[in-house]
Amino acid sequence: MTNAQRSHILHFATIAVLACLFFVLPAYHVGNLSRIMVLAVYAMGFNLLFGYTGLLSLGHALFFATGMYGLGMAMNNFGMASEPAILIGIICAIVMSAVVGFLALRTTGVAFMIVTLMFAQAGYLTVLYFGAYTRGDEGFVIPQPDRMIAGIDITGETSRYFAALILFAIVFLAIAHLVRSPFGRTLIAIRENEERTKMLGYDTGRHKLLAVIVSGTISGIAGAAYALLFGYAGATFATVQYSIFPLLWVLLGGAGTTLGPLIGVAFMFYLIDLSSSITQAYMLIAGVVLVVLTLFAPQGLAGELRRRLFTWLP
Amino acid sequence: MLASLEGAVTAAILALTAMGLSIVFGVMRVVNIAHGEFYMVGAVLAWVVASLVGASPAVGFVAALVIAPLVVGLIAMAADKLILQRLAYDPDRTIVATIGLLYIIQQTTLMSFGPDARPVQPPFNTRLSLPWFEWGENGFEMFWPWGLSITSYKLFVIIAACAILTGLWLLMTRSKAGLIMRATQQDSETAQAFGIPVGQVYSYVFGLGAGLAAVGAVLVVPIQQAHYLMGHDPLLLSFIVVIIGGLGSLPGTVIAAFLIGMSDGIISVFFSPTLAKIIATLAVALVLVFRPQGLLGRVER
Amino acid sequence: MTKTTKQSFTRRGLLKTLGAGAGVAAASNFVPDLARFAHAQSSGPIKIGFQMHATGIGASYGRWYDRTTQAAVARINDMGGIGGREVEIITEDDGTDPKRGAEVVEKFATQHKCDLAFGTLFSHVVFGSAPRAGELKLPYFVVSEGHHVASGKLNRYTLQPGITDVKSQVQAMAPFVSENLGKKITMVYPDFAFGHDHRDFFSAAIEAQGGEVVASIPIPPTETSFTKYFPNIPRETEVLYHVMVGPGVLTFVKELGEFFGPNGPKLFGFLDSLEAVSLASPGLEFLEGSYFWEGSPRHAQADQSEFDKMYRAAVGVDDMGASVDDPKDVSTYSHMFGCWETLNIVKAGMEASGYSGPNDRAALIEAVEAMTDMPHSDDHPQGAKVFNGKTHQTFGHQFISQVTDGKLVVKHKTSIEDGMYADEVDYTTQSF
Repeated sequence: MTNAQRSHILHFATIAVLACLFFVLPAYHVGNLSRIMVLAVYAMGFNLLFGYTGLLSLGHALFFATGMYGLGMAMNNFGMASEPAILIGIICAIVMSAVVGFLALRTTGVAFMIVTLMFAQAGYLTVLYFGAYTRGDEGFVIPQPDRMIAGIDITGETSRYFAALILFAIVFLAIAHLVRSPFGRTLIAIRENEERTKMLGYDTGRHKLLAVIVSGTISGIAGAAYALLFGYAGATFATVQYSIFPLLWVLLGGAGTTLGPLIGVAFMFYLIDLSSSITQAYMLIAGVVLVVLTLFAPQGLAGELRRRLFTWLP
Repeated sequence: MLASLEGAVTAAILALTAMGLSIVFGVMRVVNIAHGEFYMVGAVLAWVVASLVGASPAVGFVAALVIAPLVVGLIAMAADKLILQRLAYDPDRTIVATIGLLYIIQQTTLMSFGPDARPVQPPFNTRLSLPWFEWGENGFEMFWPWGLSITSYKLFVIIAACAILTGLWLLMTRSKAGLIMRATQQDSETAQAFGIPVGQVYSYVFGLGAGLAAVGAVLVVPIQQAHYLMGHDPLLLSFIVVIIGGLGSLPGTVIAAFLIGMSDGIISVFFSPTLAKIIATLAVALVLVFRPQGLLGRVER
Repeated sequence: MTKTTKQSFTRRGLLKTLGAGAGVAAASNFVPDLARFAHAQSSGPIKIGFQMHATGIGASYGRWYDRTTQAAVARINDMGGIGGREVEIITEDDGTDPKRGAEVVEKFATQHKCDLAFGTLFSHVVFGSAPRAGELKLPYFVVSEGHHVASGKLNRYTLQPGITDVKSQVQAMAPFVSENLGKKITMVYPDFAFGHDHRDFFSAAIEAQGGEVVASIPIPPTETSFTKYFPNIPRETEVLYHVMVGPGVLTFVKELGEFFGPNGPKLFGFLDSLEAVSLASPGLEFLEGSYFWEGSPRHAQADQSEFDKMYRAAVGVDDMGASVDDPKDVSTYSHMFGCWETLNIVKAGMEASGYSGPNDRAALIEAVEAMTDMPHSDDHPQGAKVFNGKTHQTFGHQFISQVTDGKLVVKHKTSIEDGMYADEVDYTTQSF
């Protein structure tokens, strides 16, 4: 069996397992998993840029929030139906990531990090400044009756779960395909050595811009999906904290691996959830676990699996 | 005028905090997400020391100014030895590890110090104010207190920050310790070859960086209050300052701190406050876009 | 923090129960007795999920909400529980974050199998959590003072019966301010939704009184120093209306004092700025003589009611509004009574509806919606209230106190009608 075949099997098996889990797990964990899958889409978007292209952005909350507010405001302020609102959320995310990408890519390394961070901070303040329309930090609720896709009410536990799963599966497979395509390989080449890639005749600037746009758009889709599935949009999701989360998830799960984002999100979620049921000082436990993990699993959980057991892991 | 004086106070504190980050960043190439937490611990310790000493505000303050940075520096050195050194200062892993450190420090403070904001009494705090003069309908008029208003303590903060920064500059450029640090910064392998204990240097640098943040925090607590979430904004601002100033350039860091502290105050005169922040943030981002190496940074090869 | 029994049901089992629950709920609309009939089976404690701001920006409040909640539950249990059943509080930290808040509500509903969720203060957490509570059909009693419930943006499962909302509080202040302090007002408020509510509601209310807001100065939420904004205060200002929240407030008040010194306009503030902060803190001397809104008088007044005395002792608060164990540990006295009163309303609602388990949740909400007058009593130590079942919001008295020798002395108590406004929603028309 070739490595490519193995990865295909692994990816489809992951999706199948997620589908089966719905019937096995108790209600609480089904709800959690819906959320984890949506956030994993966010993490996968981030991973494309950070894990595969080697560009560290600290401003992805901007893209997440753009998708969220694009959809949320279309529905809340303009009374649109879900379907066109989703489209608007996606278009907003594309435009936003193209503009940010165009400007921020003039810089590299830490400067790129800071420029994206500051754009995101400006975005957060903008949400607050236009509080008359966005309801600022308080945010707004998207009414339950409006949250339908193609006539299906997605506020029920079952439909929500499968909506999240379908979204996750599409993005998951698309990224798995993308990173094996010539485009994805060029991105990896840029990560490894940008100068050399450029010398080989690739237009690295264009590739990097495309990577930012695809990554930002996927993050925006995750934001829109979160607003639609969980009925809330708020400025909290535009704060720096929500830019650092995907970095944390991806590093924990394994940067530059297809499964890493999902593993990272799920791990972090249950780390907080379980430790908070033991003690009020759960952040302490979370902190210690993070430190220990970096000490003993330097390439993240999926990265560690790849290093120790399955060298073929995508 | 008032805005610029207020800006100068902000800039002074920012310069100290950012300088700590700049040294760590410059010498060790470590992105320390927990830097803001060291600042916070400095402020919290200042409150603890000041309320333990209890005598007069001045004694408590001076004690805090000595003890808090030392303790914070030691904590940072321990963190460096226990964690960062074992990661070999790998950039990605140090980010996760320092996020972990941030959680640990924050939660520990919440459990011991509590969630409330605590004030420290300034050693002296005379209110200085000048009236605002205006040529109005009835000729020359004076208005209290719309002119200049500041406290003696705020002036002291500006002076103290300048003094500490000068001392630091002397340390870096004139002393042997500074020479070692600069050597390590430029090429740690060669430095090692010349018999410099690079590991030790890193520990001290990390401690020094955290200590500087703590000094900034002790100076600020009589103006602001110690609170367990206060480390967030200084972290972001320090980062911005360090990058704008140019990596590893100490004068650049000071200039950038000054610019950012001032611009914030001055732009807010012309626009509504939140809009001013948006404009200032975008302006700083665009400076970087068009001058990615920062103000005084050299182009990296 | 808390561990509940292991669950032994499957997804399908749950869906079935939910379906059955909906059926019973629907039926109980027509045949109220059916609900009572269906449940002699449940025993064990009544579980109330307490969404606590244990970490994050709301932690100061969270601690005191917790103490008040524990004291209220201890009292209810001493009196024989609710309908003879013991009450158990299940606490989960929401980190004062809307995303975690929603997760916690799910956890209460699906894992802990709580009968209801309760206790949220910060508005953004309420907004983030309420949709999930509505979808999971979990009664959600918030203690937030936000105008979210009464604005009609939430759902039939979300209620605020134990504390008045900001619109009502602000509106009730206007007559006193314009009659006693001045008619030209400058407002300083945080530039987010809470501050905007103050700006909009107060501007409207003061104009109705013949006053005028001459300037409004929004402060960005990331701000840590405030002096630079003060020159924007117009010189004609007679009253400075300030409301700030978060750890920066002490700085704010202190810098205000340093800026104005002895010759400033009159000050009127919302005590939200100084909840959990001692008025004896250095730098606050300047507040002497200024006026504050209080939800419930922090310092025991000369005419303190028996009810307030009992409540203070039960929660462990001394006459200065601080913890009896540590005089430096100041309470959030203007808000936390809401937890106490809400739990007593839950008890009354459950007993009136013959509540016996999650199938009766709709009946519980209907019972609370049917409530109107709540007299000043041990159950309602802050004062009498009038609940509006249509808007799910309660209305009550507000206090205006003056700082006199470092103590807050009540100068005026508004009437309940001062805070009333036209209904913006009728939740009772929504289906369960």
